[in-house]
Amino acid sequence: MEFIEAVFQYEFLQKALLTSIMVGIICGVIGCFIILRGMALMGDAISHAVLPGVAISYMLGINFFFGAVFSGVLTAIAIGFVSQNSRIKHDTSIGIMFTAAFAAGIIIITLLKSSTDLYHILFGNVLAVRSSDMWITMGIGLVVLAAVYLFYKELLVTSFDETMGAAYGLPVRMIHYFLMTLLTMVTVASLQTVGIVLVVAMLITPAAAAYLLTDRLSIMIFLAAGIGVISSITGLYFSFTYNLASGAAIVLAATALFILVFLFSPKHGLLWKMLKVRKKRASLV
Amino acid sequence: MHHPAISIKDLHVSYYGNEAVKGISLSVQPGNLIGIIGPNGAGKSTFLKAVLNLIPKDKGTIHLFGSSIQEARRKIAYVPQRNDIDWDFPITVLDAVLLGTYPNLKLFRRPGKKEKIWALECLDRVGMKDFSKRQIGELSGGQQQRVFLARALAQKADMFFLDEPFVGVDVSSEETIVKILKELCWHGKTVVVVHHDLSKAEEYFDQLILLNKELVDFGPVSEVFRTETIAKAYQGQFAFMKEIGV
Repeated sequence: MEFIEAVFQYEFLQKALLTSIMVGIICGVIGCFIILRGMALMGDAISHAVLPGVAISYMLGINFFFGAVFSGVLTAIAIGFVSQNSRIKHDTSIGIMFTAAFAAGIIIITLLKSSTDLYHILFGNVLAVRSSDMWITMGIGLVVLAAVYLFYKELLVTSFDETMGAAYGLPVRMIHYFLMTLLTMVTVASLQTVGIVLVVAMLITPAAAAYLLTDRLSIMIFLAAGIGVISSITGLYFSFTYNLASGAAIVLAATALFILVFLFSPKHGLLWKMLKVRKKRASLV
Repeated sequence: MHHPAISIKDLHVSYYGNEAVKGISLSVQPGNLIGIIGPNGAGKSTFLKAVLNLIPKDKGTIHLFGSSIQEARRKIAYVPQRNDIDWDFPITVLDAVLLGTYPNLKLFRRPGKKEKIWALECLDRVGMKDFSKRQIGELSGGQQQRVFLARALAQKADMFFLDEPFVGVDVSSEETIVKILKELCWHGKTVVVVHHDLSKAEEYFDQLILLNKELVDFGPVSEVFRTETIAKAYQGQFAFMKEIGV
């Protein structure tokens, strides 16, 4: 109750709430495609890879959005290039490239001599969201949601059966990089809320929980967004009330929801499956 | 002038310098059911993917109905190997078949009532209408393959390419699939099937492409399916040959 009063009272909390709700939605939506394409590690990589871009943007005094998208997409291309042109496997290539980008980012930031910035970028601090940050998140969110809505067909085909898409003439490579661009934008939008290090959790955990709840992608997307939003609000509540790190609180809220679903999901939950096995065995006695 | 359905000239494909397909030239007339056969590692799937320009080729020209592949894409339906598909994907049978209507939908357009009715018709044709609401992973191998055939039918294509459609498929599903493929050919469609099992080849196909990296033979089944030609492709796996009674 106090939390709700505080939301009405404090503008900074309103901004934090709106921003983290939007982050919950877009992370959930994009996360569905990321996990269905088996790209969870790629999500982790791209989110880390925005660091040098953000750092350089600070240095040049431009909006960090541009630098982040640039370094994120560049890393995605580098990962693809190495794995396609050598015997190096995709996950190895991811490991090489994103740590390189991340390390470069750290060096650049230490050159800036402002460690508070680094801390905020890495771990987020949603209670310190400024109006401009909130509007960036809202803008990015709308662009991402519109993109998924408009290209839903193409994203669905290429996630399910890429070869079919290629056979009827879809530019599957381009769609991959398009999704990587969306992923980078989502990461940037989430910087203030959960930070670079934990973005991947918001991408994967709500989507994974949704995956256990339904057998239809369209429903999975809405569920993932919903679970993302609930995690954001719950996390923000705990963060505000008990003075915890906002990103970590939100992520743990998502994890708690995932565990609930993992155990109690009607069709794919552990408990349900165990009951079914027991029933079957009992019937055979 | 009638164009051949498929016309291939001097096709070469390699992986990192190892040739997988060497200098294949052939042309196929519409209305034929064509089997691609050959031993394991003969480059059958590679050949198929190269024809569809899904993997890069080193050399050669390919025309489908006299035009380039890019121009002919909308006339092609492709059914992948079963193990290329994630059967846990959150998609129902009907939605999977609806994917077949996508190539003919404009950008930003969603499948509507018309497409759903058509998809159900295609499902009915393969005898899977009652399963339309199931998740695809809940089906047997044969049922899954029939759903993918329904998806190909939904594409209203002129040419069908199927990569090992009978692997892990029960006998009655195999019969249903073959029957539908033959019907497609009677209606003038061209069907190309990568096939691993020699025993049924004579029964199923009009023409055979016998591959072992090179084109060993190509022509009507009765001409290609002779002991010496098959032996040449399979290079003396005679124990196996006797078993199937060639």
